[in-house]
Amino acid sequence: MDWKKCWKFGTKTIVATALGAAIFLVLNMFVKVPTGIPETQVQTCYGVCAFFAALFGPISGALIAFIGHALGDAISYGSVWWSWVIASGVAGCIYGFAYAKLNVDEGVFTGKDIVFFNVVQIIGNVIAWIVVAPVLDIVIYSEPTNLVFTQGAVACICNVVSAGVIGTLLLFIYAKTRSTKGSLKKED
Amino acid sequence: MNTKLFDYVERHNFIYDLSGVTKFLCFMIAGAAVMFTYDIRVMVVVFVVSIIAFLLSQITFKQIRLMVIYVAIFIAMNVILTFLFSPQYGVEIYGTKHVIFELTERYTLTWEQVMYQGSKVMKYLAIIPLGMIFILATHPSEMASSMNRIGIPYKATYALALTLRYFPDVIRDYQDISVAQQARGLDMSHKEKFTKRLKNILNICIPLIFTTLDRIELISNAMDLRSFGMHKKRTWYCAKKLNAKDYLALFICIALLALSIYMIIFVNHSRFYNPFT
Repeated sequence: MDWKKCWKFGTKTIVATALGAAIFLVLNMFVKVPTGIPETQVQTCYGVCAFFAALFGPISGALIAFIGHALGDAISYGSVWWSWVIASGVAGCIYGFAYAKLNVDEGVFTGKDIVFFNVVQIIGNVIAWIVVAPVLDIVIYSEPTNLVFTQGAVACICNVVSAGVIGTLLLFIYAKTRSTKGSLKKED
Repeated sequence: MNTKLFDYVERHNFIYDLSGVTKFLCFMIAGAAVMFTYDIRVMVVVFVVSIIAFLLSQITFKQIRLMVIYVAIFIAMNVILTFLFSPQYGVEIYGTKHVIFELTERYTLTWEQVMYQGSKVMKYLAIIPLGMIFILATHPSEMASSMNRIGIPYKATYALALTLRYFPDVIRDYQDISVAQQARGLDMSHKEKFTKRLKNILNICIPLIFTTLDRIELISNAMDLRSFGMHKKRTWYCAKKLNAKDYLALFICIALLALSIYMIIFVNHSRFYNPFT
C-alpha cells in the first residue's frame, strides 16, 4: 500500500480528471443500459469513473464523478440534485483508494488485484448509495425514508455491476497495453 | 443525439452582463434558500424572482426545450414514486388528516399529501430557471475563473474548465466511434439482450477511452511545458469586475436566503409551513 501517491495532484492528474469528467458526462447523458425494471439503468459512467479512479487516485475519482454528475444534472435538468451528486463524489473518491495498491500503469493487474479492486468498489458503492445518498436526501430534501433507501439499494446494485464489469475489463485491457517493468532483457 | 445542449449564445442584457461569479453565487445562494425550507410561500417568491430573471435574460424556448422535457419526466416520476412509496407521508409531517378521496386504505389522497408533494415540486421548479441562466448565460470560459474567485483551488476549477473545453470533442469522438461500430454491425438498440448490449457498449467505450488517454498525455505535456501549476495563484483570461448590477443581483439573492431562514426560525418554527392547524 502506498498512500502517499494517492494525494498527488499534478498536471497529468488534472488533465485526466478533466477528460474523465467529460467522458463521464457524455456516458451519463447518452449511454445507459436498461435493466428491465422501470426507471433503473446501469450507468456505464460509473464503470469508467472506477477505471480512471484506479489509475489516477481518489482526488481525481471524486472530482470526475462530482463534476460529471453536477454538470450532467445542470445541463439536462437545469438544477442539481445535490445529495446524489455528493454521493457520486464519495463513490468516486473511495474507488480511488484502489490506486494505493494497484500498479496498472506498469502493466500489472493480477487476479489478486482484480479481487482487491472489486472489494474497494463494492465498499465505495455501498457507502455512497446506501448511506450517503439516502441520508442526504432525507436531511436536505425530506424525502420519504422507504423510497430513498429503495432507490439507493437499486442504484448501488447497478453501479456495482457497472464498476465491476466495465471497470475491471477496462483495467484488464489497459494493463495489457502497458509494458511491464523489466520486460526487456539484455541479450546474452 | 443533440450535441448542442450546451449552446452559449452571445447576448447583451442585464443578466448576460453579470459577472460569472455573480451568476454562480446567485445560483448557489438561491439554491440554499429553497434547499432547507418546505414553506411553499417562500418557494413561490423564489420562483417568481427566478422567472423574472429568466425573462430578462431573453433565453429562447428553443434553447431549453430538451431541458423542459427532461424536467417534466423527472418531476412526474418523482411525484408518482413518492405517492406509491409513502402515500401518508404528508399526514406524518403535518400531523392532521384531511381526506380528499379514498382509493384503498393505504392509498388515501389527503390534502396534507398534496401540500407536501406540491411543495416538493415547487422546491424543484423554483431553482430551475436560475440553473438554466447559470448554464446558458455564462461564458464557459468564465465559469472556472468565477469559481476560483470564491475560493475553490484553481487546480480543481481548471479541471472544470478543461472538462467544458473537451466535452464537445469527446461527444464527437463518441459519435464517430459509435457510428463506425454500428456500420460494422454492432446493435446498440434495445432489441439486443442485456449482456450483449453491455458488451457492445464496451466496444465503444474502449476506443473512446484509449483515444482519450493519448490525449491526456498530449495536453498534460503541453501544460507542463508552459509551467502549469508553478505558483499558488493564477490569473484568468476571462474575468469580469463586479459592478453595481452584480451587487444588486447578489443583494436580491441574499435577501431571499434571509427570508427563508427568517421564516424557518421565527414564523414556522420548523422547516414546514403548516396551514392545517
